[in-house]
Formats: sequence, structure tokens, C-alpha cells
Amino acid sequence: MLSPQAIEKIDYELTKYPADQRQAAVMSALRIVQTELGWLSKESITEIAQYLRMPEIAAMEVASFYNMYDLSPVGKYKITICTNISCMLRDSDVIVNHLKSTLGIGFNEVTADGKFCLKEGECMGCCGGAPLMHVNNTDMHEFLTVEKVDAILEELK
Amino acid sequence: MATPNPVINKTALHKPVVMTDLKGQTLVTLRTLTEENPASLETYLKIGGYSALKRIVTEKTKATDIITEVKNSGLRGRGGAGFPTGLKWSFMPRYFDGTKYLVCNTDEGEPGTFKDRDIIRYNPHQLIEGMAIAAYTLGARVGYNYIHGEIWQDYEIFEAALHEAKAAGYLGERILGSDFSFDLYAVHGYGAYICGEETALIESIEGKKGQPRFKPPFPASYGVFGKPTNVNNTESYTSIPWILEHGGQAFADLGVSNSGGTKLFSVSGHVEKPGNYEVKMGMPFNELLELAGGVWKGRKLKAVIPGGPSTPVMPAAAIMAATMDYEGLSKARSSLGAGSMIVMDETTCMVKALHRLSYFFYEESCGQCTPCREGTGWVYRVIDRIVNGKGKMEDLDLLTDVSNNIAGRTICALGEAAATPVLSFIKHFRPEFEYYIQHGKSMVESQ
Repeated sequence: MLSPQAIEKIDYELTKYPADQRQAAVMSALRIVQTELGWLSKESITEIAQYLRMPEIAAMEVASFYNMYDLSPVGKYKITICTNISCMLRDSDVIVNHLKSTLGIGFNEVTADGKFCLKEGECMGCCGGAPLMHVNNTDMHEFLTVEKVDAILEELK
Repeated sequence: MATPNPVINKTALHKPVVMTDLKGQTLVTLRTLTEENPASLETYLKIGGYSALKRIVTEKTKATDIITEVKNSGLRGRGGAGFPTGLKWSFMPRYFDGTKYLVCNTDEGEPGTFKDRDIIRYNPHQLIEGMAIAAYTLGARVGYNYIHGEIWQDYEIFEAALHEAKAAGYLGERILGSDFSFDLYAVHGYGAYICGEETALIESIEGKKGQPRFKPPFPASYGVFGKPTNVNNTESYTSIPWILEHGGQAFADLGVSNSGGTKLFSVSGHVEKPGNYEVKMGMPFNELLELAGGVWKGRKLKAVIPGGPSTPVMPAAAIMAATMDYEGLSKARSSLGAGSMIVMDETTCMVKALHRLSYFFYEESCGQCTPCREGTGWVYRVIDRIVNGKGKMEDLDLLTDVSNNIAGRTICALGEAAATPVLSFIKHFRPEFEYYIQHGKSMVESQ
């Protein structure tokens, strides 16, 4: 069941579109439910589709097309690090290696305690602040150094 | 190393931001940066914001007069294609029985592009005013600003600015007491480069996979929910209030022939001070490089991708002789694109740089057209085997051949975009590729 809080937020998004275009809110609805539950299960996607009166498969298509939706559990903190050209030129691989060795996981893996997950992201459109990463799709951390990464991880622990 | 432009993390409309050096810049789209709380309505009003909108709705300025002014400004689409904005506006049907839509493309996903982010977080009201003026001109009743999903904090700033503008009567029903009404909303992507393509973006607004539509019909006749829609880039809309305050000619005069106004250049990579620089069109590249603090660590310049990876890479000598405008870069056999300068110093391995770019296009191909879906993967796998020491000399011709068979054979421009770095990197840096194939290791890193 979608929570009352999620429904309230989805209803706000629906005000942005004509009444006969409920499907348009699916991008936001998936984001809202994922933010609340941590990831998107098939059941969640079905409930969203039903609420928006759209075919389940169409909601699944959207959820699987955009790479910030997670269709499997990602732990409490999902760290997505950009390795694209502007970040690469400013040594994102140093940050990637540091994260992998500190957390003891590779890309798309979750730590044993379920706390951290590491993902390789594509360009986030903040290349002036390279190298950079974001946590749980929202908190952007720029101008990363090994020390700065340690401080961020410490804060999340 | 000099401090890069500081970035505020937990931003809100009224939190002050300190920018470093604005020297050498000509601020039009980021003109609130001189103020303490750049994103607030109060600040925008203080510098004369919303005066153009107010004048237009009060005087009931004719739409054709506004379009003429925009045509005179020489403003060209700032998202990369460089299509004249005034001309695009004239394609929208004047009379239509139903809702017409206005869309702003703030879906920056082309590597090296981060200019529109600074507009929505530092000067959101000028974008809102620009869109309201466009809506008045084109008869659009509803607008959407589609924002890159990764910059969530900035999305929230823009949405806060929308509420502020609506409460003050600059959006919504009967704007400023006139009979003009316009509703504007923020919507977001969630990680898909392809949604920067306008018809993929429209599909995404409708709650679908971001797969580009076949054109024609163009959005002006069949856009959001199948209704006439005008799509422009963030920087384009944000230039509009200034143009109507100062006149089209004044904007044109800021730039050079065929490239009116200022341009936001996103400078990233191997420079001392990466960040956005708003300068007059036509500025010589070396002056722009100087504003960004020059090549970092005292190293030599090797190459620059001037407008994002979908524009051809330029060796140092070519870019150092170029000016930063549409003609200047096309004469130098590249393109201005979105003004996304990726600077590479002498230590850069061009094979590895292309390896990363080719992975990006492979990852981001939407999968709709066979040449792009299969070709981008093929190109990536060939470069990957070169990087892993298993390349063959004939791979270079293979890469060229596959790329030439992607470009021009797809519904959208991602095909060309994916082919361009491959063709231009091999053209300008062929000996590096040959060395890698012969020795199984990077030429630059072996020196």
C-alpha cells in the first residue's frame, strides 16, 4: 500500500498535469516511493501504476529506463560517483579506489551491514565541481578529495 | 592550486553565495551574481527584474513585435544546436483551439555541461520571467521546466522560486492584473542523457521512456500531450528579459556577427579554476582559458573539446587560434555546442579519454535505432580491447567505418554525437592510437 504521505506528494505532482494525463506523474511517483522505501519493488511499481491508472508494464518500462531508479535494495546510503570525462580528468579513479577499499565493496554491491552501496554514475551536470558524487540521489558532494570522502563517510556511519 | 568557485551545499533561496572572480565576465543570464542573495525574488526585483514582463502585459505589446525584437537580438539556441530563437518562435501556430505548451530544457547530461544548473540556483526568477514572456508571445497557457534529476538540491531551489513568483502575481491566473494567465511547473528527469533531446524530453514529461520521436511532426505542431509546444534551452529563455529591457540590437552588439549576446561557458577538466564564465560571444579562447586560471599545475595544453563530446575535439594549436562563437568554432572545424569546454593537459591519454566517452554513449543509447544501439556497443568493445592491449591496427579503420555507419542513420542526433568523438580523436591523435595498439600501453603514460 502506498503510504498516505506518498499519496499526498503524488497528488501534488498530479496538479501539474491535465486531469486525463495521470501517467505524466509516474516519474515523480517512482521517485517519491523510492525515497520513502529505499528502492522500488515490483509491488511498489504495481501500486503506483494502479494509482495512476496506467498499465503496470508502462510503469516498469519507466522504472527500468532511467538509471537513478533502483530495482533492487541499495542499502541505507547509495553513493553514486561520476567517472565521466571531466571527473576522470580530475582523478575520479583515486576517489573510486578509495571508496572501494574503505567500504570493501565494488560497484553495484552493498556492504554486509546493509549501510552502503556504491554505483558508477554518468554525467551529473556539475562538472565544474569534479570529482563528485551524490548520496541517495540528493546530496551532491563536489571537489572531492580522499580526506573529504572520509569525512562524509564518517558523518554517515 | 587556486580555489575553484565555491559551491553552497544546503542551498535555499535566501542563503548568500560568494562567487570568486567576476572580473572579465559580462553578466546577462547570471546578472544576480553581483548581489548577496542572488536567487531571491527581492534581489531580482532590485536589479530591475520582471520589468519587461510588466511592461508587455500592461501595454499589451503585440506578439509579432516581441518576435521581431528576439530576431534582432541574434539569440541562437543555447542548448547546442544554435537555431535562431526568434525564428523558432515564429513556427508556433498563432491560432489553436486548445492548450499550447512551453517547455524549458534544463536536462544537462552532456559531459562538461553545467551552465543551466547555475541559472536555476542563482538566477531562477530571470528564467521564470523569460518563460512567462515567451508564453505571452506564443499563447502558451502551461509550461514545464524539465530539470536533470541529479541536481536535486537545485530543483528544489527552482521550485521554491516558482512558489515565490506565483505568490507575487508573476505566474498563475491574470498575471499582474492583466488578462494573461500562465502556469509554470518544475518536473524532473531521473538519469537519462537522451532526455536532453527535445522529443525524448517530451516523452518523459508524459511519463514514458525517453525515446526520441520521429520528426516531423516537430514539437511546434505535435509536442506535449500532442499539443503545439515550444522547447528552448534554459540559457535561451533567461536571455529574453534582458533583450526586452535593452532591445534586441543591444544584445546583438554584445557579441559578434551571427552570434549575438553573451554565452555561458562551462569550463572543466585541467584548469586551475573550473566553473562557469559568462562572456561576450567572440572572445578569443586564450582569454577564456585565462579567466579559468589557465591550464593547471603549469602544464601545457593538449586538446579541448569545445562544446561537449558531441562536438569534435580540437588540438591545442587549433583551439588557441579560435574565437568563442558559432562561426569562429565552425571555421576551426568544430562547433560551439552548449559551450562546454573540456580542457585536457599534456598528460592526458587520448585513447583512455575516448574509451570513457565511448562507454558513455553505449550506456546512454536509448536502444530505439539499431545502428546506434548496436554501433555504440561495438565501438566501445573495440576501444576496450585496444586499452586492454589486444587491439589490431585494422581496428582504427573499423572504428571509423562503424562510426560513419551510425551517424545519419538514426532518429535523433545521439548517433552523430556518438560518432563525433571517435572520428575526431582518431583524426587528430592517430599516432597515439597506433602506439597503444603496437605496444599494448599508453604512449603518454610511457613517456
